[in-house]
Amino acid sequence: MTEITEVPSPFCGIGTDDLAIRVDGLSLQVAANGCAVNTPGFEQPITDTSPRVGGQAVDLDTAVAKAAALLRDTKQPVIAGCATDVNGMRGLLALADKSGAVVDNVNFPAARRNLLALQDSGWMNTTLAELKNRCDVLLIVGTDLEAFAPRFFERYLWNEQSMFLDNTASRDVIYLGKAPSGDASTSPAGKTATVLTCADADLPDVVAVLAALIKKQPVLAQNVAGIAVTDLQAVADKLKTAQYGVILWGAAALAYDHAELTVQTICNIVKDINLQGTRCSGFPLGGREGDQTANQVCGWTTGYPARVNFARGYPEYDPFLYDSQAMLANGEADALIWVHAFNVNAKPPRTTLPTIVIGRSGMTFEKEPDVFIPVGTPGIDHAGHAYRLDNVVAIRLKKLRDSGLPSTAEVLHAIEQAL
Amino acid sequence: MLIKLTGGTVYDPASGIAGQQQDLFIQDGRIVDAPTDGRPVDQEYDLRGKVVMSGAIDMHTHIGGGKGNIARTLLPEDHRLDPVHRTPVTRSGNGHAMPSTYVAGYRYAEMGYTACFEPAVLPINARQAHMEMGDTPIVDKGGYVMLGSDDFLLRMLTAKKDQKAINDYVAWTLNAAKGIGIKVVNAGGINAFKFNQRKLDLDEKNSHYDVTPRQILQTLARAVKELGITHPLHVHGCNLGVPGNLETTLNTIQGIEGLPMHLTHIQFHSYGTEGDFKFSSGAAQIAEAINQNKNISADVGQILFGQTVTASGDNMRQHANHRFASPNKWVCMDIECDAGCGVVPFKYKDQNFVNALQWAIGLEIFLLVEDPWRIFLTTDHPNGAPFTSYPHLIRLLMDRSFRNDMLATIHPEAQKMTTLASIEREYSLSEIAIMTRAGAARIIGLKDRGALSPGNFADITVYTENADRQAMFTKPDYVFKDGELVVRDGQVVKVTWGTTHIVKPEYDLSIENELKPYFDKYLTMKLGNFKISDDEISEDGRGSLTAHPLRGAA
Ligand SMILES: [Zn+2]
Repeated sequence: MTEITEVPSPFCGIGTDDLAIRVDGLSLQVAANGCAVNTPGFEQPITDTSPRVGGQAVDLDTAVAKAAALLRDTKQPVIAGCATDVNGMRGLLALADKSGAVVDNVNFPAARRNLLALQDSGWMNTTLAELKNRCDVLLIVGTDLEAFAPRFFERYLWNEQSMFLDNTASRDVIYLGKAPSGDASTSPAGKTATVLTCADADLPDVVAVLAALIKKQPVLAQNVAGIAVTDLQAVADKLKTAQYGVILWGAAALAYDHAELTVQTICNIVKDINLQGTRCSGFPLGGREGDQTANQVCGWTTGYPARVNFARGYPEYDPFLYDSQAMLANGEADALIWVHAFNVNAKPPRTTLPTIVIGRSGMTFEKEPDVFIPVGTPGIDHAGHAYRLDNVVAIRLKKLRDSGLPSTAEVLHAIEQAL
Repeated sequence: MLIKLTGGTVYDPASGIAGQQQDLFIQDGRIVDAPTDGRPVDQEYDLRGKVVMSGAIDMHTHIGGGKGNIARTLLPEDHRLDPVHRTPVTRSGNGHAMPSTYVAGYRYAEMGYTACFEPAVLPINARQAHMEMGDTPIVDKGGYVMLGSDDFLLRMLTAKKDQKAINDYVAWTLNAAKGIGIKVVNAGGINAFKFNQRKLDLDEKNSHYDVTPRQILQTLARAVKELGITHPLHVHGCNLGVPGNLETTLNTIQGIEGLPMHLTHIQFHSYGTEGDFKFSSGAAQIAEAINQNKNISADVGQILFGQTVTASGDNMRQHANHRFASPNKWVCMDIECDAGCGVVPFKYKDQNFVNALQWAIGLEIFLLVEDPWRIFLTTDHPNGAPFTSYPHLIRLLMDRSFRNDMLATIHPEAQKMTTLASIEREYSLSEIAIMTRAGAARIIGLKDRGALSPGNFADITVYTENADRQAMFTKPDYVFKDGELVVRDGQVVKVTWGTTHIVKPEYDLSIENELKPYFDKYLTMKLGNFKISDDEISEDGRGSLTAHPLRGAA
């Protein structure tokens, strides 16, 4: 048995890299700094070690040959999931380029809310270390931050020391929309968050009023969606008098129509505060299970973040048309490759089309795919790179054990070569 | 395999060869002497009537790192105008202002370039820079690591740490981030913006740290020299784009006190305040200062008209310039107590007075700086224009009548404010070869590149002589990379993978005794996880590292 320290997690998106993992053969145990997201991710046991074709165990070469055969005569395959590391995405995009596939990552419906806002008007954002050292006012919009990343507050808000704050425990935390699910947002000194709740569907109105107050536009209403306008005015004043305010949102939590407009309003609030002479930054949550990695690698390889179609021999981007679920449902695709190296519960969408699954060992299926190739998990079974939620920092994932499972990149590369 | 290139007209300024007809031989990726043992030539290229130069080197081009990917993501409409099809040898992608990485590599190679250097590698983002450059085929690459707005350095300066400690930190960072030089962007200014300072002059203090930009520049320039790093401190000055910044630039040149310093995209730092528009050319004074100060080199950052996107570490200045964004969308980021970035799309217009004069200022600087070994051909891709406009820029430098024809079409008031029409100089092929090859290799400190003498790597570009220099430089007949034919008639015929050029200055390991607790307390990554290991560059089987020698210890 060995213990490996300073292990970065590929699961939580916030780039925790202080885990200690006990390795005993193929079994892993999180010995320090685990959480509800990371611990199960690391401790998931290996069950499958060999690929299957039509439910029968075969060797890797046979599975790869079958996958290539299934793809060979397709006109519009889709590669979905896209939950892997940087090298896995490199292999995935090479295969997509050669086979004329659509590439669509599993978390794109949430990421799209951010991307549409970015591509329409841009933003001013920050990263975790700035937040850790500078942020004195944190406004959390529509999101239960603690449930998303259990260790966020401990690591980035209630850090004992910061470079530019005398006392981190006096930071102001404000929840707008959702209430926190636990008490992680309460500072070590007992200071609790300000919580202004409303229904998700009312967030656009609430955020719009806050934007108006920031811009000093007249607001006639006394309250909006149950929140007193005077309370929102207090939020606006706090942001405007902050040393370094941060407005955080989780696009996945904004699950209502045209949430991208809410994201855009938030981004415009940040810009307006900066124009009025105070520093403020936005902070989008994301980055779980490789979604940021998928968008980054797709970005430099194709110029577009995701939902890219290679059918015409060059990448075309459409954040709506190339929705793999819709394409499968509408009969626009003729084969599915599902790539998910992180989560055994992330299963391929139901389809009667030829289906190839390149997935984490331990996946079970309601309907056995035509080809299933179990792969190692980046950061456990092989080294790799993954992007953190703030998009700037790529973390170096470590290899923790010798499982003999191939990497996603190796499998996809082999299929590409066999095509 | 022995390859013979027969009878080309060779321009190899590093060897003092200017247009002599001679044969070249290639074996095992290198240029070799003519065989004397009667060995047969395996392959011969008849280059009679053609111009032969070493592969071109872009010493300042933004081809790797997060800001480029933000620029890509920001501009899907720009990509849709320039789709690039997959071919049997090349991957698909798209181009124009900020091409996808594969397309960037192909297009550079197709113009005869064999090496490109990313000048703004934030240490915390260096992994991404290397991964993007790792997906840029054919060309060699490398990066200058950005310091000067990182909190650790500013803390050291405030604490009056000695130069030796600074040198250790600089060397440690360069090793950890795997760069070949050190870059400063708006020294301390990116940091000051985080404290809500909106401008920072050369002698203005950071509101938190007891430090001025001048001190940062002097300290880092000294570190670079004392560590023996060949490439001079690579400086993006204060007050980028501000009318009157000419004075700041002249002060910066004087203030470095004779230490080697490279001023990048100097066009953006050469503005006066004369005239009705309070915006004038400072090119003559800047060029004179460069001519007088042999420790100074510069690249121009020429602007050319059309759509592009500016992508810079200087988020202080980018934020100030966001109101010129076209299309109207932009991104600024504060990054990890390390640096920042700003991405602002721009459309430079020949009928806009300021843009037109910027165009003229760049050309004036090119033509008024006398020593081609100290001035470099760049557009600061993509900031001034996409790198694909280089052949056009070369023609502007080499062809006075073409230049004057272009000048006659720009905003009339800008024409009145420039002396460009009166400048007679036309660059020669040798001078172009210096500024894009020999001089670039020398200033970066590349051993075995940028020259055609035996022993050098066989990075060779062959052009058909053509009085239309734009046509000539757009489409080389042949490009050899490490001795392999990668481009024929301006088209990629083989995809190879270049190396990553680095330096590895030595340092006292005890610097980690200070860095480790700093990382643990304030940053979000462990020190050990921050350092990039060699295998991260080479593990996919196509990347490699080439470490270049340092100068003798100072
Ligand atoms: Zn630049």
